[in-house]
Amino acid sequence: METSTATTGHEERPEFLQHHFATAQQQRETSKLGIWIFLVTEVLFFGGLFCFYAVYRSWYPEMFHEAHKLLNVSLGATNTVVLITSSLTMALAIRSMQVGSKKWTMINLGMTLALAGTFLVIKFIEYSHKIHEGLVWGKFFTFGEIDATNPHLFFSVYFAMTGLHGIHVIAGMITISWMMYRTSKNHFSADYYTPIEMTGLYWHLVDLIWIFLFPMLYLVG
Amino acid sequence: MDTTATIWMPQQASTIASEVDALFYFVYWISIFFLAVITFGTIYFAVKYRRKGKRDQLTSGPHGHTGLELTWSVIPTLIVLVMFAWGFQVYLKMNVIPKDALEIKVTGYQWAWIFDYPEGFNTGGELVVPVNKPVKLLMSSLDVLHSFYVPAFRVKMDVLPNRYTSIWFEAMYEGEFQVFCTEYCGKSHSDMLAMVKVVSQTDYEKWLEKQSDDSGTPPAEKGKKLFTSRACNTCHSTDGSKSVGPTWQGTFGSTEVMASGEKITVDENYVRESILNPNAKVVKGFQPVMPTFQGILSDKDIDALVAYMKTLK
Amino acid sequence: MNTLPYKTYLNSPTGIKSWLLTKDHKRIGLMYLMAISLFFLVGGALALVMRLELFSPGEQFISAQTYNQLFTLHGAIMIFLFIIPSIPAALGNFILPMQLGAVDVAFPRLNLASWYVYVVGAIMALGAIVIGGVDTGWTFYTPYSVQTKGAITLIVMAVFVLGFSSIFTGLNFIATVHKMRAPGMTWFKMPLFCWGIYATAIIQVLATPVLAITALLLVLERGVGIGIFDPKMGGDPVLFQHFFWFYSHPAVYIMILPGMAIISELMATFSRKPVFGYKAVAYSSLAIALLSFVVWGHHMFTSGQSELSAMIFSFLTFSVAIPSAVKVFNWMSTMYRGSISFDVPMLYALAFLFLFTIGGLTGLFLGTLAVDLHLHDTYFIVAHFHYTMMGGTVIAFLGGLHYWWPKIWGRMYSEKWARISWALVFIGFNATFIPQFIMGSQGMPRRYFNYLDQYQPMHAFSSVGAYILGLGFLIMVVYLWHSVKNGPIAGSNPWGASTFEWTHSTSPPDPHNFKEQPVCDHEPYPYATTIFKSTNPYEMDDSDK
Repeated sequence: METSTATTGHEERPEFLQHHFATAQQQRETSKLGIWIFLVTEVLFFGGLFCFYAVYRSWYPEMFHEAHKLLNVSLGATNTVVLITSSLTMALAIRSMQVGSKKWTMINLGMTLALAGTFLVIKFIEYSHKIHEGLVWGKFFTFGEIDATNPHLFFSVYFAMTGLHGIHVIAGMITISWMMYRTSKNHFSADYYTPIEMTGLYWHLVDLIWIFLFPMLYLVG
Repeated sequence: MDTTATIWMPQQASTIASEVDALFYFVYWISIFFLAVITFGTIYFAVKYRRKGKRDQLTSGPHGHTGLELTWSVIPTLIVLVMFAWGFQVYLKMNVIPKDALEIKVTGYQWAWIFDYPEGFNTGGELVVPVNKPVKLLMSSLDVLHSFYVPAFRVKMDVLPNRYTSIWFEAMYEGEFQVFCTEYCGKSHSDMLAMVKVVSQTDYEKWLEKQSDDSGTPPAEKGKKLFTSRACNTCHSTDGSKSVGPTWQGTFGSTEVMASGEKITVDENYVRESILNPNAKVVKGFQPVMPTFQGILSDKDIDALVAYMKTLK
Repeated sequence: MNTLPYKTYLNSPTGIKSWLLTKDHKRIGLMYLMAISLFFLVGGALALVMRLELFSPGEQFISAQTYNQLFTLHGAIMIFLFIIPSIPAALGNFILPMQLGAVDVAFPRLNLASWYVYVVGAIMALGAIVIGGVDTGWTFYTPYSVQTKGAITLIVMAVFVLGFSSIFTGLNFIATVHKMRAPGMTWFKMPLFCWGIYATAIIQVLATPVLAITALLLVLERGVGIGIFDPKMGGDPVLFQHFFWFYSHPAVYIMILPGMAIISELMATFSRKPVFGYKAVAYSSLAIALLSFVVWGHHMFTSGQSELSAMIFSFLTFSVAIPSAVKVFNWMSTMYRGSISFDVPMLYALAFLFLFTIGGLTGLFLGTLAVDLHLHDTYFIVAHFHYTMMGGTVIAFLGGLHYWWPKIWGRMYSEKWARISWALVFIGFNATFIPQFIMGSQGMPRRYFNYLDQYQPMHAFSSVGAYILGLGFLIMVVYLWHSVKNGPIAGSNPWGASTFEWTHSTSPPDPHNFKEQPVCDHEPYPYATTIFKSTNPYEMDDSDK
């Protein structure tokens, strides 16, 4: 199943097929396996952070409850909608290339990029409010109007999680831009669109992580 | 008295030690047995089946044997289950503290041990306990992680800055037993030593009386003792050399520049503040790493230290 | 008479650029081999300096602060720059695709990237030494690592970066094993080296991200004071230990599993027998990989954890002992009714059996709760993990290096000097570490610059052993270096071995590994049915010439 019959197909090797693969199918399956393993590492990376969240929440449940009220739920909810929509446009971009439409691939990728940018702008607004009020991590925490022990720890966890997620969004935007460049250079076709598909998988994971972060930080605290 | 020491284990000076050692030697002999089986088995096969003739020849040995493989999975499993259960049983004994234990508070900091007695005084570097009486140590750290270890008692427990840990032991013999710090804690980790001094009940009571009453000693002399027993000397020199903290020689009465740029004359109040709230005013060029000695050094102790400092011209 | 092939991966193409931009797994493997060997020698030299200092109690010629930096660097270099990448990234990179019958790994560019990331991480780690030193121990325990001076942030970032290199390698190898096997090579026809590397890769991919996040949080703690490990701010330093060991215990198996994988190959080749109980050995690698994730708490029996967690971790720890025991018995039985040649790689395999057995058995003492309380953080631990990491992994690595050396370079090393060096390494190693078991159980704590007089004889013995060990390695460097240009030509299959890298490829291999795609039509190690002709230059009789 995974292995391929060698020594055939030399004559008709497509341009995108790398020398160490026997068939296009083998190359495609291998790439997809690779990106899935990569996504597993990402899950474990954030999994570590979720553990920190769980530990501190169990130690300071009241503090987490008090502190989470200071987050802006409507901005967080807006961002959730923005990211889910971007996942949709990402999926549409892949679909467009599957049917061979370069134009619609570009439009959908562009929309995904714009939505990712919107997400970051909203995040930036949230961050600047928090920083302005002294609602920040650890030793820089200066906000006085909260009656709970160690509220700075909630914001340490909040900034660590959302900050790392933000960095992943930026990495996603760079990858999407690169995909747009390659699409415009006609690197992809209905036969070969694996890189866009892999970008899509990554983007869905970034979205999924936010879908966990939002209720944990903004809703239940 | 020293007859319990072997090549592998130090003297058994506490009630639990012989149980730990019995378990140690159980694992030890099992290990020796398996090491012998594997070593001599390997040597036997290596000699018996050494190559005769050319390298590239056919062989016809077995590729596996389910019965054998099951045997050497199941037997080790049973053996390690015994080790596990026995180890856990002794471990529980080491963790259940007798109700009538004498409780002494242990404080670790870089790089010394302080022992607080229920009678309200403390000692540094020397833990005096009565023989044949369970002793509970309630431990915490002022700064980083440490670990309190007495090999002859077979007890060890980490000492943490944010929660209490405890161990207990019952010494069987009078004598002196070494205490080590076994959790790496910085530059002088290997000098963070102390002694457990086990004495008879009557000697212990006499010693307690003497400790509570130290009115006879002149303050400067008492300060000099505290300077080493509280390990001030691990960070402060008395010969003018720079260490982790400023030297004490000629410091009293001098004017020092603080990290903030402020100039301060070192007087009784500054020294007192530096002991109780060390990081309030740190001399320029030094890190704010000294722990507070609030609750460890009494007012009289601080007076004695100041008196000693004044003698260091 | 053997001759070197005209065109090999070493000479085609030529030029420094063709090496620095190569996507050939063999060249990348060789570049890794150079780098890790260099760091092994550096780490070893640091150890020799420490052993000299420890010959007598008190300060001999270095200060306490310098000593603390030395043991930190020795640990950090040996763990992060040598052992973790050693077998997988160097030998594994070279051999794995060839044993699978593949032209390259699944993602050649990622493979090269992993090497460069490793180099960047190594430079950062060395930079940390130069700009301020690191005195935390390789474990970076908080809160000491947060409050001490020195270049802690830089070296922790280096660990973060090196983690990516490890993840790239692991990801690549998983995909390679799944998708790049030769026609006919089913999972249970793979050589056991591939199984071991595969199990290792799984741990690399699953555990390393957790180290990455822990390292990152430690950097944030030091850099911007997020307070989650700081007891003064309501954080918990012990939490760091949990996260650190959640990676670093599986990392122990990242180190040993590839070593076990090599031993399986050596036992089969030099006994001319299939590995006894092939499937049990293959599955035990996976079992070890999975169990390795649930035993981290046994590093923390004295940290104040609850009795319940101590019990669970002790129990699980013992369960890891079983698959290791199964492997040892299976290797031993592989020799039964074989035709055993005592070439240098096999000598290393036999040394491994003895040393790793000691390493494994002394682990039982540490899994036993009550005994561990006495032995924890003493020299007993130091001796135990050197028996597994050095007596296990390094000895297996050396066995693998001597086994594949003629494949890598096309030439043999001096058998005589290799045997002398082996004997010195074996004797020196035992002389160094057996005394450490004894002084450890007598109470000598680890990471001690100064020590009580009663431990002096053992320390002195150990120091002498260390220099015998060092001499063994010095000789090895010389004869291996000499053999690269001057050794007798090995021929394609000097050991008469059965796997693809020997049977279907020249030494050194063709740039594309094989002239023809190999097809797997037999069980692994078919020494009972097939004669694999040996080209060993030391054994040629007249008819071969």
